[in-house]
Amino acid sequence: MSDSSYSGSHRADEHPDERPGGDPAPARDFTRVSSSRIHTLEGERPYLDVVDLKVHFPTDDGVVRAVDGLSFSIEKGQTIGIVGESGSGKSVTSQAILGLHRGTRAQVSGSIYLDGQELLEIDDEELRRLRGNKMAMIFQDPLSAMHPYYTVGNQIVEGIRVHHSDMSKAAAKSRALDLLARVGIPNPAKRVDQYPHEFSGGMRQRAMIALSLANDPSLLIADEPTTALDVTVQAQILDLMRDLQAEFGSAIIMITHDLGVVAEMADDVLVMYGGKKVEYGPVHEVFYGPQMPYTWGLLSSMPRLDRARRDTLDPVPGNPPSLINIPSGCAFHPRCVYRGEVPGDACVSEIPELIDTGSGHHQVRCHMPQERRLEIFANDIKPRL
Amino acid sequence: MTDDLTRPRTTDGQPTGATASRATGSATLEGAPLLKVTDLKKHFPQYIQKLLRHPDAPVKAVDGISLELRSGQTLGLVGESGCGKSTAGRTMLRLLEPTSGTIEFEGEDLTRLDANGMRRMRREMQMVFQDPYGSLNPRHTIGNIIAAPFEIQGIKPDGGVKKTVQGLMERVGLNPEHYNRFPHEFSGGQRQRIGVARAIALRPKLIVCDEPVSALDVSIQAQVVNLLEEIQAEQNLAYVFIAHDLSVVRHISDRVAVMYLGKVMEEADRDELYERPLHPYTHALLSAVPVPDPEREQGRDRILLKGDLPSPQNPPSGCVFRTRCPKAQQKCADEVPEVREVSPGHRVACHFPELRQVL
Repeated sequence: MSDSSYSGSHRADEHPDERPGGDPAPARDFTRVSSSRIHTLEGERPYLDVVDLKVHFPTDDGVVRAVDGLSFSIEKGQTIGIVGESGSGKSVTSQAILGLHRGTRAQVSGSIYLDGQELLEIDDEELRRLRGNKMAMIFQDPLSAMHPYYTVGNQIVEGIRVHHSDMSKAAAKSRALDLLARVGIPNPAKRVDQYPHEFSGGMRQRAMIALSLANDPSLLIADEPTTALDVTVQAQILDLMRDLQAEFGSAIIMITHDLGVVAEMADDVLVMYGGKKVEYGPVHEVFYGPQMPYTWGLLSSMPRLDRARRDTLDPVPGNPPSLINIPSGCAFHPRCVYRGEVPGDACVSEIPELIDTGSGHHQVRCHMPQERRLEIFANDIKPRL
Repeated sequence: MTDDLTRPRTTDGQPTGATASRATGSATLEGAPLLKVTDLKKHFPQYIQKLLRHPDAPVKAVDGISLELRSGQTLGLVGESGCGKSTAGRTMLRLLEPTSGTIEFEGEDLTRLDANGMRRMRREMQMVFQDPYGSLNPRHTIGNIIAAPFEIQGIKPDGGVKKTVQGLMERVGLNPEHYNRFPHEFSGGQRQRIGVARAIALRPKLIVCDEPVSALDVSIQAQVVNLLEEIQAEQNLAYVFIAHDLSVVRHISDRVAVMYLGKVMEEADRDELYERPLHPYTHALLSAVPVPDPEREQGRDRILLKGDLPSPQNPPSGCVFRTRCPKAQQKCADEVPEVREVSPGHRVACHFPELRQVL
């Protein structure tokens, strides 16, 4: 990732309220196309640049703050891994990028730039042209993401012809055959005319990937793409995704709860908690020098395949927060065992800023002074990982 | 019960908890087994024409497995979906009627017991299910759910049911005041604790845990794993721990058996299996799991298997793994590999076992 791309998202995160244009992050009404926003571009904007994204759902019980001021960016050919527990806002983020909250009660604000284009500002027609074409999604459960009444081939053909109306059905079908072969489905000539239920889990996920690749998207969002699969099949699918990325140079957002998958696939990691980014950085820095107590908890609560057993696991105490009632201050404070390290009640009363750890690429949201974090990691956490 | 003499030394006052037995290393195979399964098969009959009962080849979900488990220990059963591990777990408890084979629990063959005898035995053997949502009746309060085993078995615990249930709730980390709440008021991790409380209510000797943590978030998984281990140490419980997550299995198990298409491919003590695996399927399985260590991940060799799991209705001849095995030869198609003990406690069913480090 280039420095300029990084600073773009970083700046917005540190000062979420000092927005160019002066408006304090209005809840976006999709019927209104705002043009009042002025963006100061310094050099190239990253291929995908998410700036201060908020997705709030008003409900009878209160506002669900599913994503609350999230910024990140990726370049083509890169993979970002988004990790977090259920309800941390990972999937809602990806849905917001694809514009899937349009026409719902969701209040989306902030900015999402794809290849310089502001996705929250474009009209529905334009968004439709991007969806499935420039950006595509691989869902966790291909059985419910694919249409049960249409053959796999028909679904891919439809996906192609929606964006290339000039292509003949025969040409689209031969492309569908190529795609199925490319994702490693044996006997594609026969498979192309079968229905999703006739595929095994792994084959169905391959078909799902073929479908998402139909128009060579440059941004692939994979929401838990291998969670429902067996490990040997997962290995095949991840291998396939890496090959395809090398071939087509697409940017990949990999949403997962499996830190092993992130270690294998991602260049950067974004750890989410309670709708916010709590740690972000290159995969090596976050795995070998994590600085946020929640990341410590995630890493040390996992048993390791490649090491003999330690005494007991160190779970994160308590439960993930409810997004209607996110704890005050640092959302992680009720579960944080290092809360006592911070004098006063800052953890409870003040939302910690995202702080750069100094390496330039690694951000963390924690009130603890950096020296203390480094010390705790070196003395308490690292020996137990 | 008539088996007081055959009962192994579990009640001699020795604190033989999980950690104690772990310390003795290879002791996992000493002493009389609590559970001994011999050549267990579970075939599900299939019919081409249901009405006329015209039979088709049966689905051989479990096809001749032999395993042993000692008090206070954990046997991990791993394998991909469809390998028969859940069916094996249920058949061991006779929740499914075995097609053939024997299940000896403390020396008594469960397959010979009638319904009454079986009900008596169920006090000793319980189950924790995977789905914390589907395994608790949504119309029953937590108190009633945890008290159900007492009611069904006609047992009146000392101090009354309510007090005992609240004690159990406290033991598994639930607030005893939530006795009258309903399952939907609890999170996934808490529900799994309810399932554990119900399973330990009658102080069983064996619990079959079928994917008990796979529906939970990572940070919650560790809480439940630790709880299961604490209870095991306190009560000298034996677990059959069925899971597809090989990391959790390595952590919790004393012995691990790898299943494929209804058969045990390899079985060994935990560290032996992970560090010195012999079966090509074990190699592929272990090499496929990504570890949370980017540098290690980049240097790792993955053994990618070709194709899909064959149908258990029509398994390949000879070795069932041969259709996907990178080392398969003619012999593998002709002869079913016997389960051989290649070193003490390490058993493998392969014609061409080879030591390979894949982690």
